[in-house]
Amino acid sequence: MTGPTDSSAVPDIFSHRREGAEVARDFANTHPPLSPDAAIVEAHRCYFCFDAPCTAACPTGIDVPGFIRGIATGNLRGAAVKIFEENIFGGSCARVCPTEILCERACVRTAQEERPVAIGALQRRATDWLMARNHHPFVATPASGRRIAVVGAGPAGLACAHRLARAGHRVTVFEARAKPGGLNEYGIAAYKLPDDFARREIDFLLAIGNITITTGRALGVDLTLADLRRDHDAVFLALGLTGVNALGIEETPLFGVEDAVSFIARLRQMPDKTEIPIGRRVVVIGGGNTAIDAATQARLLGAEEVTIVYRRGAAQMSATRDEQEWAETHGVSIRHFAAPVRFLAEGGAVRGVVFARTRLDAQGAVVFADGEVTLGADQVFKAVGQRFVIPEQDGFPVLRDGRIAVDAARRTSLPGVYAGGDCVAGLDLTVRAVQDGKIAAEAIDADLTRMKEHVHG
Amino acid sequence: MADLRVDFVGIKAPNPFWLASAPPTDKAYNVVRAFRAGWGGVVWKTLGEDPPIVNVSSRYGATSFNGARMAGFSNIELITDRPLAVNLREIKEVKRDWPDRAVVVSLMVPCEEESWRRILPLVEETGADGIELNFGCPHGMSERGMGSAVGQVPDYVEMVTRWCKQHSRMPVIVKLTPNITDIRAPARAARRGGADAVSLINTVQSIVSVDLDAMAPEPVVGGQGSHGGYCGPAVKPIALRMVAEIARDPETAGLPISGIGGISTWRDAAEFIALGAGAVQVCTAAMHHGFRIVDDMIAGLANWMDEKSYARIEAFSGRAVKNFVNWEALDLNYKTIARIDQALCIQCGLCHIACEDTSHQAIAVAREAVGRRFSVIDAECVGCNLCYHVCPVENCITMEPVASGKPKLTWKHHPNNPLREAAE
Repeated sequence: MTGPTDSSAVPDIFSHRREGAEVARDFANTHPPLSPDAAIVEAHRCYFCFDAPCTAACPTGIDVPGFIRGIATGNLRGAAVKIFEENIFGGSCARVCPTEILCERACVRTAQEERPVAIGALQRRATDWLMARNHHPFVATPASGRRIAVVGAGPAGLACAHRLARAGHRVTVFEARAKPGGLNEYGIAAYKLPDDFARREIDFLLAIGNITITTGRALGVDLTLADLRRDHDAVFLALGLTGVNALGIEETPLFGVEDAVSFIARLRQMPDKTEIPIGRRVVVIGGGNTAIDAATQARLLGAEEVTIVYRRGAAQMSATRDEQEWAETHGVSIRHFAAPVRFLAEGGAVRGVVFARTRLDAQGAVVFADGEVTLGADQVFKAVGQRFVIPEQDGFPVLRDGRIAVDAARRTSLPGVYAGGDCVAGLDLTVRAVQDGKIAAEAIDADLTRMKEHVHG
Repeated sequence: MADLRVDFVGIKAPNPFWLASAPPTDKAYNVVRAFRAGWGGVVWKTLGEDPPIVNVSSRYGATSFNGARMAGFSNIELITDRPLAVNLREIKEVKRDWPDRAVVVSLMVPCEEESWRRILPLVEETGADGIELNFGCPHGMSERGMGSAVGQVPDYVEMVTRWCKQHSRMPVIVKLTPNITDIRAPARAARRGGADAVSLINTVQSIVSVDLDAMAPEPVVGGQGSHGGYCGPAVKPIALRMVAEIARDPETAGLPISGIGGISTWRDAAEFIALGAGAVQVCTAAMHHGFRIVDDMIAGLANWMDEKSYARIEAFSGRAVKNFVNWEALDLNYKTIARIDQALCIQCGLCHIACEDTSHQAIAVAREAVGRRFSVIDAECVGCNLCYHVCPVENCITMEPVASGKPKLTWKHHPNNPLREAAE
């Protein structure tokens, strides 16, 4: 971030707006775990449904009643193993999954009494229990002699790597950034994964062995797909979304205007959150979880007025209703039906945003309505979505709708190349990324086994 | 408002809820607290001969079930461990201060006439309303020839009861042990001995659980455990049946019964009374939640009686006895079929899996555009009730009688019965 060009207009963006200990406490304690007793009480609320709707609603197909029964009976190890069997990121999914639109919405208690079993919190109880024992529950099968490259050390890449490693394959994971973890390390609000959980989860996962992570290696910069294919038996692409969408208005760089994802990433990497400068009045443009995460954290850092502005209504926001309420509970205002048209600036620093009123037409498209709204702002975060950026190189798999096209087994158009996570179409959720990695790993293992049989058969 | 007063073998109380002889009635302090809370009476914790017995530490074990604590409860505490004179003095004071409440004294002394002859006048002198003979305690005392060691031998029951009637003017209630094959035998013996009433059940011999670290039955006392007396909600079905057997037995019909065993609510009490009890005794529920539970017991029973137009306890006492019959008297042509209210169904599928795995494959599951639909296959449904019991939604599954168009047919007359009686 560059400073304002006109020193007479000092933007109201400062670090240390709140006392450090208070901020640290708020970031650490927003979602406390269930106590052991509370977990048992909650576990007994589960009816142990037949062919359970919660399991059907889980993208990774966790046997929810099965693991909850383990909590109820005191078999926490069994509960945790059931979760990790389907989802090695069961710990972070327990914290970040929008359970209110997945398993907990499907819970029959939601139909019965509008209060589902707290599946996410119970999953955290079981996974925390096992992870606290520094015990990795799986053992790799004997080495297969196969070498597989995974590009991207986010949930999709590492879930795939873990499953492959379990099957005895040697996996090298190439990560462009300085740390592995992907969105879990850089993209999720700090209060959702406190205590360096993302890193600890990766250490837990790597205990399977057979996995080497190489950071600072980006496809199209330091690596080529052709080389990876030449040196490995298979390649899994888990590249994520590295681009951000533009607002679609004329933009010149202004002090105080930033992409929400980079604000969130900076915050994640800062040990003392109060070191991050925050505006007195903050405007966040967008309607997804990134907007919620940026806005809520701005409030936690001490911003006085934080407003999320979204060009459609509450029902169209991709942030869930629970997430919207969460932000509102933290003092964030949400304004609907307003789209940015221009920034107000003074001396190279943002002073506000002018929004046009909008409405939805009969087809549900956003159209401008009469009138404008101006919001004063010392800082503006843009959170209008991310997009897939194709690495610069020859011989990349075929795309569909701007992302890598894959079949049901996550095979791309190139033989031996698979893809999953946010770089392929689907729900942009950690849990879906994990499932992609899992499916791809199973496909790779099966395809390699078939090739071997073919060669020797 | 229903009148809850009872006159049980001449012992009057403002309501039928008495505390059973147990830790809650060991001292004046507890009993006074109970009376303040509204309990109709107490059976004072069993007195014995001096020197007093000695109790162990700890004394209780419990069964938790699906998150409910103390669904079953077990104790290895013996009778009172306080000197006889202290108990007698306190009983006298409490009865003097609470003349409208029932104060019955539980007794257990060696099975010798002299022992009983010695203690009875001492108890009578307190002004207590009656005595209850503890022939039920299944642990510790039974090893010394008392408690259930007496209760398991009908002749002893009769003999001791007769001594008590001979040497005392007080009403005698004989407390029966369930640790016996046929509960009618000691009940008949008690009646022969002149008992005014029986009370049952005492606790069931049990090992409530095993400490898998100590590898010993619980409660663990210095690395070892003993068998204890099981009580609490889990024993209620056993107690109901035993009460009903005595109520319907021609030899003991009309013998007043004080019902005991897992009574925690007014509804439990009403069930005991419907099967022949004239009053009830409570222990575990009070030990779990304190004496204040009697509040809801009194109000709940009165409200239910008002709803059913029962003005007094006697109005429904024993009403269900005539409908408690042997299996062979049941109508084999009576049929019910499960009905699932789709509007209430939350699609948990418990009815389906229970029926499919363990019963009659009579509940089908169909995938729908949204969710699933569970429906009863009438031709396969035997009306067993399992689905009704597993369904977590009130009234979602009901058992509906189906007209068979056939007259009542019992096993006694069924063609499949090789020993059938000729049709009338």
